[in-house]
Amino acid sequence: MKNKPNDLILQTVTTMISFIIILFSIHLFFAGHYTPGGGFIGGLMTAAALVLLLLAYDIKTLNTILPFNFRMMTAAGLLIAVLTGAGALLFNQPFLTHAYDYFELPLLGETSLHTAVLFDIGVYLVVIGVTMTIIQTIGESE
Amino acid sequence: MINLPLLPILIPLLSAVLLMFFPKRIKAQRIIAMAGITGTIIAAIVLTAEVKANGIQTLNLGSWPAPYGIPLVSDMLSVLLVLTSSILTFFVVWYAMIYMDESYERFFFYIGVMFLLTGINGAFTTGDIFNLFVFFEVFLIASYLLIVLGGKKGQLRESIKYLLINVISSALFVTAVAYLYSVVGTLNMADVSQRIDELGSPGIITVIAIFFLIVFGLKGAIFPLYFWLPGSYSAPPIPILALFGALLTKVGVYSIMRTYTLFFYHDQGYTHEILAVLALLSIIVGVIGAIAYRNVKTIIIYNIVIAVGVILYGVAAMTPAALEGAVFYLLHDMVIKAALFLLVGIMIAIAGASHLNKMGGMIRDYPRIGWTYFVAALALAGIPPLSGFVGKLLIVQGGFETGDMVGPLLVLLSSLMVLYSAMKIFMNGFWGTPKEYHGAKAHLANRLWVPAAALVLIAIAYGVGSEAVYPFIQMAVEPLIDPAVYIEAVLKE
Repeated sequence: MKNKPNDLILQTVTTMISFIIILFSIHLFFAGHYTPGGGFIGGLMTAAALVLLLLAYDIKTLNTILPFNFRMMTAAGLLIAVLTGAGALLFNQPFLTHAYDYFELPLLGETSLHTAVLFDIGVYLVVIGVTMTIIQTIGESE
Repeated sequence: MINLPLLPILIPLLSAVLLMFFPKRIKAQRIIAMAGITGTIIAAIVLTAEVKANGIQTLNLGSWPAPYGIPLVSDMLSVLLVLTSSILTFFVVWYAMIYMDESYERFFFYIGVMFLLTGINGAFTTGDIFNLFVFFEVFLIASYLLIVLGGKKGQLRESIKYLLINVISSALFVTAVAYLYSVVGTLNMADVSQRIDELGSPGIITVIAIFFLIVFGLKGAIFPLYFWLPGSYSAPPIPILALFGALLTKVGVYSIMRTYTLFFYHDQGYTHEILAVLALLSIIVGVIGAIAYRNVKTIIIYNIVIAVGVILYGVAAMTPAALEGAVFYLLHDMVIKAALFLLVGIMIAIAGASHLNKMGGMIRDYPRIGWTYFVAALALAGIPPLSGFVGKLLIVQGGFETGDMVGPLLVLLSSLMVLYSAMKIFMNGFWGTPKEYHGAKAHLANRLWVPAAALVLIAIAYGVGSEAVYPFIQMAVEPLIDPAVYIEAVLKE
C-alpha cells in the first residue's frame, strides 16, 4: 500500500484558487462578446479549474461536488449551439445569422442582448464536456 | 426557403446530437437515425429539384456576404453526390441494424454514422476551401470512431495506421490551404478561382496543385498513396466498410475533381498529365490486387482503387464527354460498391470467413443472393445496359478525343479484369461443391439480402434510365467545364 502523498498545500490552495479561476473564466466568457475571450477559451479555463480539483483530490470528490454527466453536457451544449444557429431558419434568414437589440434591464441599465451569447453558451458547455470526458477517460485506467 | 442547401447537413447533425442523449437505448437510436436519414434524403431530393429548376443555389452562412463569409454552394454535381450519399447511408444503416451486434449499437454506432453523413454532405456542399478541410475533419473523426469500434486486435492495429495517415494528410491539407491563401489572399473557392485567373496562374500555383493532389490523393487512394487502403478498410465490420468504401474515398475524388477544374486548369500540360498518369497507374495496381487476392473483401477493396483511377482519368482528360463520364461513373461506383460490399458481407456471414477457399456452392441454398451478386458484378464491370457502361463509354470517348490511345485502351482492358475479379468471387463462392457452413450470422442472410438487393435495383435503374439521368449529369458538368458559371453563381456581381 502506497503512502498517502502529503498534498495539504495543494489541496488548500486549490479550494481557493479554483473559484478564482472559475470566476475569471466566466468573466472571459462574457468579455468575449466585444473583446478577446468567448465560449471556447472560457470553457477551457473552467475545465482547467476542474482539472486542478481533480489533481488535488480525485474523481470521486469531483463527482460529489459536481454530479454532472459530462457526456450529457457535451450533447446539451451541441444542441444549444445548433438550435441557436437553426433559429435563423424560422425567420428565413441564412443559418447562423444572429440578432441583437438593446433592453432596459433592472440594475444593469441599458444592455445589449445578443443571440450569439446563446451559441457561446453551447460552445462553453461542449468544451467543458469534451475536456472533462477526455481527462476522466484517461484517468480512469489508473 | 433560402436555407435549402444547408438542410442535408443540418438534419443529420441534429439527429446525431439528439442521439447523444440516450446512447444505450437501441430502439430509439435506430428510429431516430433512420428518421434523420430519411429527412436528409427528402431534403436532398427537394434541393435537386430546386437546382434543376433554378440553377446553382448558394447560401451565405451568418449573412456574411461572399467572399468574406463561408458560402454553401449547391451545384448539380454536389447535389447529386449529397443525394447519392444519403440514399446509400439509408440502406447501409438498414443492413447494419440486422447485421451488427448489440454491443456495437450501444457504443455510439449510429451517432458515428450520422456525424459521418454530416461531414460528407458538408464536404460536397461547401464553397470555402478551409471549410472543406473542417468538414473533412468532421467525417474523419467520425470514421476514427467507426473503424476502432469493436476493439479487436486487427482493428486496433489498422486504426493506428489509418489515424496516422489521416492526421498527416490533414496537416498537409492545412499547409496546402495556407500556401494557396498566401498567394491569392482568399479562401472562398469562387474567389480563389477568379484571383488565380487574374494573376495569370504563376508557377507557384502549379506547385500548390500538386500539393493538393497529394492531400486528396491520400484520402482518395490513388497510386502511389493508396497503400493504407487495403489494410485499413478490411479491419472494420462490413456495414462500416461499405460506408467507407462507397463514400470516403469518393470525397477525395470529388475534391480533386473540384479543385482541378475550378482552380488548377491553367497548366494542364503539367498537372493534368500527372493526374492522368497516376490515374492509369492506379488502374493497373488495382487490377493486379483485384486479380491476385482470394479474400472477397480485399478483391472489392482493390476494385475501389481501379474505380478511382477510371474516374480521375476522366477528370484528367478534361473534355466535356470525359467529365460527364467521370461524374456518371462516380455516382455509379458509389452505389455499386456499397451494394457489392453488402453482398460480399452476406457471403462472409454465411461462410463465417472471408476467404474464397472457405466458400463454394452457395447458390444451392441461397439462389437469390447468388443472382443478385451476379447482376451487381456485371454492373460493376460495365456490361450494357447496366450502370457502369455509360460512364466508361463517355470516359473512353473523352480520352480518345484528347488523342491519347493508351489511356482509353487501358480503361477498356481494366473492365475485363474487373469482370474477371468479380466473377472469380461468383464462380468460387456460388458455384462449385457446396460446403458445410457454420457462420454465426448465416440465419440472417435472407434478411440482409433486402437492402443489398434494393441498392442493386437502384444501380440497374440508374443504368437503364441513363437517358433520364443524362440531363442532370450534363448540368453537373457545366461548372466543371466553365468555372465562370460557378464564380458567377457565388459572387453574383
